[in-house]
Amino acid sequence: MLRLALQLRVSRGLLSRGLRTRSRGPIDDKDGKWTEFKRKLQVFWPGGSWEAFSGTIHLPPEHADVVIVGGGVIGWSVAYWLKRLEARNNTIRVLVVERDPTYSRASTVLSIGGIRQQFSVPQSVQLSLFSIEFLRNINEYLAVAGEPPLDIQFCPSGYLMLASEENASEMERNVKMQRQTGAKVCLLSPEQLKNKFPWINTEDVALASYGLENEGWFDPWCLLQGLRRKALSMGVCHSHGEVIELVSSVRPMVTSRGEQVNIKRINEVHVKMNSSLEYQPVGCAVVINAAGAWSGKLAELAGIGIGPPGTLQGTRLPVEPRKRYVYVWHCPQGPGLEAPLVTDISGVYFRREGLGGYYLGGCSPTEEDEPETEDLEVDHDFFQEKLWPHLAHRVPAFNSLKVQSAWAGYYDYNTFDQNGIVGPHPLVPNMYFATGFSGHGLQHAPGVGRAVAEILLNGEFSTIDLNVFSFSRFYQVEKVQENIII
Amino acid sequence: MAAPKALLRAGHPTWWGGGTLRTLSSQSNFGQGLNPSYDLDPNPGRNPQQGLMGSMASRFYDLEQFREWISRFWSWNLYRKNKVFSYTLKHYGPSVAAAHFVLTHGGAVRFQDQEWLFPQDKNQFLWNNHHFQKLPLEEVDASGCVINYYGLENLVFLPSLRSLRLCGCPYVDDWCLGRLHSLGSSLQELSLAGCPKVTERGLACLHHLRSLRRLDISNLPAVSDKGLTQILVEEMLPNCEVVGIDYADRLKLLSEDQRRVEEKAAAAVPGAPGGLMPT
Ligand SMILES: Cc1cc2nc3c(=O)[nH]c(=O)nc-3n(C[C@H](O)[C@H](O)[C@H](O)COP(=O)(O)OP(=O)(O)OC[C@H]3O[C@@H](n4cnc5c(N)ncnc54)[C@H](O)[C@@H]3O)c2cc1C
Repeated sequence: MLRLALQLRVSRGLLSRGLRTRSRGPIDDKDGKWTEFKRKLQVFWPGGSWEAFSGTIHLPPEHADVVIVGGGVIGWSVAYWLKRLEARNNTIRVLVVERDPTYSRASTVLSIGGIRQQFSVPQSVQLSLFSIEFLRNINEYLAVAGEPPLDIQFCPSGYLMLASEENASEMERNVKMQRQTGAKVCLLSPEQLKNKFPWINTEDVALASYGLENEGWFDPWCLLQGLRRKALSMGVCHSHGEVIELVSSVRPMVTSRGEQVNIKRINEVHVKMNSSLEYQPVGCAVVINAAGAWSGKLAELAGIGIGPPGTLQGTRLPVEPRKRYVYVWHCPQGPGLEAPLVTDISGVYFRREGLGGYYLGGCSPTEEDEPETEDLEVDHDFFQEKLWPHLAHRVPAFNSLKVQSAWAGYYDYNTFDQNGIVGPHPLVPNMYFATGFSGHGLQHAPGVGRAVAEILLNGEFSTIDLNVFSFSRFYQVEKVQENIII
Repeated sequence: MAAPKALLRAGHPTWWGGGTLRTLSSQSNFGQGLNPSYDLDPNPGRNPQQGLMGSMASRFYDLEQFREWISRFWSWNLYRKNKVFSYTLKHYGPSVAAAHFVLTHGGAVRFQDQEWLFPQDKNQFLWNNHHFQKLPLEEVDASGCVINYYGLENLVFLPSLRSLRLCGCPYVDDWCLGRLHSLGSSLQELSLAGCPKVTERGLACLHHLRSLRRLDISNLPAVSDKGLTQILVEEMLPNCEVVGIDYADRLKLLSEDQRRVEEKAAAAVPGAPGGLMPT
């Protein structure tokens, strides 16, 4: 056997050497025809990329069990967890529909990539703790054989939140809850704060909370690509198009109290292909609304919120795009390597970006000042008027700084209570929500994806109980208010 | 005090034929000059897969699956090794548990007013653990051990740990450095020399270590801008002596370059005074 192999190798070696010794090879390829022919042959060779009916590769399949609308981090996370938790390999067919493969307007890639545990709702803290564990072991969760490992570039620098006299007791309460839930957060008095971070002006600060561990920022693009790569390798289909219509059937029913309700079922989604007027109907059993800032619109396509006000049918999904600016500035004298992400009393936040004295930050405008959301133009006056005064007050070194660049992105803003919506709609039971995270969706994506997959596959949450984030809270007007919104 | 000697095996045992037994000889020379250059391959022993296995796996699903199992086995094995020694912890307290953990993985420890304990002293140590139970653990040398984030859990609750050496640990990363904050009040010496996964992002959270007097961050291949990082770390820890070879290397390199520039300038303009001139 060995000898045979050796002989083969020797003879092959001789043969190829024999060919190579010719100066030009057997065919004189002056006009490049031979190369062209070889290329064609490669394409047509069995296993090549040629297909008899070309041009269907970009179309979605005619049927999928689960259609996920929105290929942002949440959409891909749901896809990944559905595949990961399915009982047997390849039992459910999952399709992710994303209209913009460049992600030019998706929040995921325009976010600043922060992860924190300082929330006012325990479920959010649990989600963050889950996510941080996910990120820490990302190469175990998202390893694809033969592909390089992911480098999530996590900066474990923590979040530092400042509170004024009025908010101090609330902060104390929140930190107590966070610590009970398992987060490593400590409270700092103004003196301790000054000791730890001498560059902060502690005037009008009454209390600060500081995350010691598992808080910081990471590379959102890496997480998105990692989830995508893994989900694709597990057999998830994807297609580039926009969902323009949801075809549903209606069944009138009567509740135990005698009210008439219409139970809807989505049977088909129509996917319009990019740069074409055609659409492709995709039969489906479940639709997942992970369209981020645009998920309110998608819900309307399913008739959610169209009905008499005050009824469940007339209750809108209160998620809309809100434009948020991020500015990058240079300040060589600014806070050093130890600088965490600081959120000021005024709501202004900033963090270090890299090593060279660069910082980035922003601020949520007041309700009256909300900018238009047609485009992603940046308002530079906003920095001068709303950001800089607070920055310079808190960190005197920021009195002299130079704005280098800026960008804007959309928060998937839940106007009701600034928290996510997870789970099915009561009247459209095959539309599941995973949206509305109002500026903390990126960090919760791993946990939310898992929660949606659990409730879809098993009918209940098993890892983290997210029943508080159900849609019915809008109808029952029970707020799950998130007070710490950055 | 003689430097602790640890001849250790790092990372995965080699498999698939190729590769030699990787050993790290970490003659600890904390602050005594150059550090030994460590083997900086983050995944020792796995490389052979890239060749034959890699190309085969891209053609056969079964092999791909097999490869995935193998890598899952390695990570499972790593986690198994890094379990918290909860039984020892419960019965003998954190110091003994930490010492047991470190000795098991081939590191060395020193209790207060005691000699260094090496891996070969483990049985004797376990025999006498009642004696050690009351003593605080002061120094740990886990250089080259397969310790990762979860294994570090064994060490971070030692109230009087003064010195921690993690030179050339293949799995010590930024997540681990984020975990060290609980040693903030006691830790005086820390060495991370030659840890292939440590970057400037993790070094940034060492500011929690308020009592740190000596920090060795030499030979960190994953740090992007070594000179700048060194300066920023020094600024962040004003009371701490930061040892970093790379910075000095860079300086030397720069001055050599400079000299060459000067020589050139001198050659081009005969009689011109040496030094940097605007051209
Ligand atoms: C400036 C800024 C800073 C932020 N900072 C943080 C932070 O520090 N930490 C944090 O956790 N979060 C942060 N966020 C929030 C975070 O980015 C979002 O919550 C999260 O990315 C939401 O993910 P998503 O997948 O739901 O949305 P997206 O990433 O927006 O994805 C939705 C996708 O759906 C597609 N889509 C919409 N409608 C349709 C349709 N009809 N058919 C097909 N496709 C459709 C869109 O093209 C889009 O790509 C920040 C956001 C912004 C804007």
